[in-house]
Amino acid sequence: MSGLKTLRIGPLASIQDQGRPGQLQQGVSCSGAADLLALAEGAALLRQGADLAALEMAGIGGLFEATGDLRIALTGAPMQASLDGEPLAWNASHQMQTGQKLEIGAARKGVYGYLHLGGGIDSEVLLGARSAHLMSGLGQLVAAGDLLPCGPDRSREVGLGLLAEDRFQGGALRIVEGFQSELFDAEVRARFAHTAFKRGSRANRMGVEMISDGAGFAAAGQLNILSEVILPGDVQMTGDGKPFVLLREAQTTGGYPRIGTVLPCDLSKVAQAQAGVDLHFTWVSLEEGLALQAKHDAMVKALPSHCKPLLRDPAMMQDLLSYQLVGGVISAQADPFETGDNT
Amino acid sequence: MTCRNAGAILSGGYWVTQSRFSFPIIRSAGLNGMLVTFADALSEPSNRATLAFSEAVKTRGWPGVQEVSTSLASVFLRFEHEVLRHEALKDLLWGLLAEQDWQQAALPAGRRLWRVPTVFGTELAPQLAEAADAAGMTEAQAIDSLGSARVRVLTIGFAPGQPYLGPLGAEWNLPRQTELTPQVPVGALVLAISQFVLFATTAPTGWRHVGQTGFRGFQLGAEDPIALRPGDEMIFTPVSRSDYDRYCLDDRHFGGASQEEIPA
Repeated sequence: MSGLKTLRIGPLASIQDQGRPGQLQQGVSCSGAADLLALAEGAALLRQGADLAALEMAGIGGLFEATGDLRIALTGAPMQASLDGEPLAWNASHQMQTGQKLEIGAARKGVYGYLHLGGGIDSEVLLGARSAHLMSGLGQLVAAGDLLPCGPDRSREVGLGLLAEDRFQGGALRIVEGFQSELFDAEVRARFAHTAFKRGSRANRMGVEMISDGAGFAAAGQLNILSEVILPGDVQMTGDGKPFVLLREAQTTGGYPRIGTVLPCDLSKVAQAQAGVDLHFTWVSLEEGLALQAKHDAMVKALPSHCKPLLRDPAMMQDLLSYQLVGGVISAQADPFETGDNT
Repeated sequence: MTCRNAGAILSGGYWVTQSRFSFPIIRSAGLNGMLVTFADALSEPSNRATLAFSEAVKTRGWPGVQEVSTSLASVFLRFEHEVLRHEALKDLLWGLLAEQDWQQAALPAGRRLWRVPTVFGTELAPQLAEAADAAGMTEAQAIDSLGSARVRVLTIGFAPGQPYLGPLGAEWNLPRQTELTPQVPVGALVLAISQFVLFATTAPTGWRHVGQTGFRGFQLGAEDPIALRPGDEMIFTPVSRSDYDRYCLDDRHFGGASQEEIPA
């Protein structure tokens, strides 16, 4: 069986897929990849389903050896990557031969980088998914010596690249009001949207702290409201009125009040914000939020058609030339893939 | 169980509390969620309504509804907006709400009563004294009160298989701590706002750790990994430390807990 042997690995790397939606009644968090868009990009680059599992690497990658011929793709936070010492393009798919070594270094921007295998990582399915969810005792961190086995790979195509959406430098987070928004005065909600936040130092796959100057954003009766269902993207205020944006790995219920819910399509931006990055919230109506999400979903659906052959892969050069002659889309002057950083 | 929700009065067939809302209410949750809430304070009737209404929604099987779950006093629905519009779903829910008085509805069938050997206080559960003090009781009175309460699994949440249990009497309506306790172990019985949580995982909490059990609500790999179901009932029987140790040794999954069917 083909796979990648982990020779060295960063401290917070885990196997992630789209998680476990549909089990809230049993207290099972949705969880899954912190940057779902990166998961979809990897699937598009490898011409496979977005439901397959990949390796999520927080901040830094590792060193891996191929135990058989296999395909890989690299997405999410751009990291230094090389194959037997030769630099590899990020946001691209590549071929690995048996015994070749893949080295992935530190993130140049963003937090979570992803290493995808052709056929996905075929690890054990726990409560319907391969995602590690440490607090729930599901799976564990990937450690040196671990083998990441490939599932059945139905494609052979490699050497594709993708212009990835830049969600690595913070910016605006679109937010809709929810069932607890009215616990916050209109003045507090307005001030919330006019406040410049930075991502705080407390952040993990469950949630991300937002810090700002000035007063907090407290709700009335904050410590005594009933625990209620948590949705990914909910912005929870702790006792001192400090906002945390909850991510997909958050617990299923919580008693701290939530001022609103960040759109699912903006959660990659939250997860990928490094400490100190500027972020702010923009209220949108439910209708606007649905339209923005629909637009994002359409973009994700179209990802496979946006994967184009990398210019520097000689094996694909013939195809690329014919593509350029026919489509005339790729510009030699503005080639995003030359730098190896396609974000 | 009696309703101990001091702020609630019965009005026009629905429980209302001292808030701006009259219940039940239906509100959107995120982009593709809807929340039907029966009260903003915990009471037996509102939890009964929640459990019964959730079953009814599942039975209807409306196209586009992807998930139905309950919290303490609310039913949450996740749905496909492309199949079922927000307004259409609200209409369906209002129609179903009008069909009967959900506060008086029968609880789901197949419920069980669990009796769980529990050490209250000691170094295993170091916040009993503090909680008793806050409730105006001695430790012995607190153990009598908490150890004899028959509580319902109001909902399962926060972590896999982890129950919220209650309601306890109003004397146990203690606020959460402002500071988190960094970690409580699996089987920890913690208390706040007239409820217990029986920890199914090791986690930080803002609730007070008053008892310790050998009960594991979530066991990966077991035939039924999640032991409890909403509507089940539990009694935390006080035992000595030595008995507790023996129960845990003999029964590594449930710490000597027994279960029996509750007749419908």
